[in-house]
Amino acid sequence: MLKLLKQIAITGIKTEAAPRPDPGLRVAEQRLREEVLALFGGSLAIRHVDAGSCNGCELEINMLNNPYYNVERLGIKFVASPRHADLLLVTGPVSRNMETALKRTYDAVPEPKLVVAVGDCGCTGGVFGESYASCGRVANVIPVDVAVPGCPPTPTALVQGILAAITARGRG
Amino acid sequence: MSPAATDTLRLPATPIRSAVPAIYVPAELARLREICAGIAAKGGRLAALWGSDERDRNQGFGLHLALVLDQSLTWLAVPLPADSPEYPDLADVFPCAGRMQRAAHDLLGLRTATGDRRPWLRHAAWPADVFPLRREFGIQNWYGTTIEDYPFVTVAGDGVHEIPVGPVHAGTIEPGHFRFSIVGEKVLRLEERLGYKHKAIEKRFEGRALLAAADLAGRISGDSTVAYAWAYAMAVEGIAGATPPVRALWLRAAALERERVANHLGDLGALGNDGGLAFGLAQFMRLKEDVLRLNAKLFGHRYLMDYVIPGGVARNIGRHGCDELAAQCEVLAHEVGVLKDIYDDHAGLQDRFLTCGQLEPALAKQLGVVGLAARASGQPFDARVKPAFEPYDRLEVRIGVQSAGDVAARVTVRFDELFESLRLLQAIAERLPLGEVSAPPSPISGPGRGLGWVEGWRGEVLIAIESDDGVIRRCHAHDPSWQNWPALEHAIIGNIVPDFPLINKSFNLSYSGHDL
Repeated sequence: MLKLLKQIAITGIKTEAAPRPDPGLRVAEQRLREEVLALFGGSLAIRHVDAGSCNGCELEINMLNNPYYNVERLGIKFVASPRHADLLLVTGPVSRNMETALKRTYDAVPEPKLVVAVGDCGCTGGVFGESYASCGRVANVIPVDVAVPGCPPTPTALVQGILAAITARGRG
Repeated sequence: MSPAATDTLRLPATPIRSAVPAIYVPAELARLREICAGIAAKGGRLAALWGSDERDRNQGFGLHLALVLDQSLTWLAVPLPADSPEYPDLADVFPCAGRMQRAAHDLLGLRTATGDRRPWLRHAAWPADVFPLRREFGIQNWYGTTIEDYPFVTVAGDGVHEIPVGPVHAGTIEPGHFRFSIVGEKVLRLEERLGYKHKAIEKRFEGRALLAAADLAGRISGDSTVAYAWAYAMAVEGIAGATPPVRALWLRAAALERERVANHLGDLGALGNDGGLAFGLAQFMRLKEDVLRLNAKLFGHRYLMDYVIPGGVARNIGRHGCDELAAQCEVLAHEVGVLKDIYDDHAGLQDRFLTCGQLEPALAKQLGVVGLAARASGQPFDARVKPAFEPYDRLEVRIGVQSAGDVAARVTVRFDELFESLRLLQAIAERLPLGEVSAPPSPISGPGRGLGWVEGWRGEVLIAIESDDGVIRRCHAHDPSWQNWPALEHAIIGNIVPDFPLINKSFNLSYSGHDL
């Protein structure tokens, strides 16, 4: 136990300044009124759905919770059920075998809800594109508010996209 | 060329030009089972099984097996008739063949005469009598998604009930379905259903230029992008008759070891977290982030995507970069040492790790388990040790082997491999040979056949390619998860449901690499 406490003390606080939202990542007009956005009140529950990625995007999404990015201090937390979520963070491409599961997950999220498509594949279909097995980009299956490109996008870009999704038009 | 394999087969063998020892052996269907049984009897194993459509050459279909005997590869090719591409079930000889056979049916219509013939990669996106990897099938064909029932094996008995989990899981992980049959909290049986991420990777390869498809290979399983890109490059270089500059090979090894370090750091943190020690996650993820940042600085990408290319690597690392690599290894070795002490001394954590999710060595061998999971269950093989493809022949990799086969053993193997990778990285930084880092292969003509085989952090990744005039005719990519997913079904038996996340994470298998 002493070693553990010593390690915590030696490590110190690694958390870095949070990035600003990037409104440039929006692909749809803000659908939510400012009052509704205020209701999120700096507390945003995210449900991640991997709809067919190579798992590269998942590696970066997992890094959001490491001490450097520490998104929980921004009021952003990942939840285990879509019913608890305000925002779906979806990686793609959406495989045909995941199409139904993604639609059902989207339906299970209570209104008002937001969707952030993650990665080049989530944004465009990427190297996998559309085929007998792939629906391509996330927007081909469910409505998307913000799309964050990158292969995979960095944790900073992900935070900028997530913040853009909960920022009113013209702000940020 | 491996004399052991040719002796066993008593068949004409052609050497395959590759950085790993490999032979190509055409065989008649009538001898398939005898050959497999012979290899198995000598302690050999099945590395991969796939199919091909050769009807455009009037040769029906092809059934292909990559067999490993004494860490040397044999590519066995068996022609099947075009009108009835049927062959005997091999799952009794190699249990891991079962799902590969089902995938070969879903994609090409090659059918086993008996055995488990349920669909595997095909859910309901295409009809049961349509086969996407057949030549007449266009990649854009789409039949409309429907839902089909999947016949899970049910367990009957007093108080037995089922817990269905997935495909959308409760954490940031990939999709798949787990069907637990349980009594109380105890797991009687786990049945996996995978294939949710099938996204036509193998069909996408077809028709692409050999020298231009490394980006796709590097995205088969993102966490193993270096292993895949290297295996792909190895296969292409074999076909092209090209040898990358020696400095490029050493830099590939640096990238592969950094991929191993990053993944082991992340998983050791997650294992602590799943065992109830969130401190471990925070600490190991911090170290992983440090690794990723130096990756971005020196290699140009946090996860090293697109770094390994046919002919070499995408960028050089200078003297100063090598110093930075070595310095980070030193820091990491110290930090991981401190954290290992804390893990080892933590009674609560060890209580969760020990005896949890045991995979007995005999069962691991029977199932053909590979990679770190195999080494935690007493199977002492690693392609970096043997055949020790260049530059590993110069680095003398020392691997740790455990025999308990539980979560604790897999944790120990990961710590051992982490320390060893840091040692290797320091050796590479010190001894990196001088010279070019890339020698693009010249244009390729005629028919080609190539094999790449690389020990990634999870286990051996295999790429098999057949090409025509530098264009991919068939590219099969094989992830070690094919062998290890069935082992997870065994490791969970008799454990309680809440231990599943811990056991699952201790294997940490790829869905994307498996589903293709």
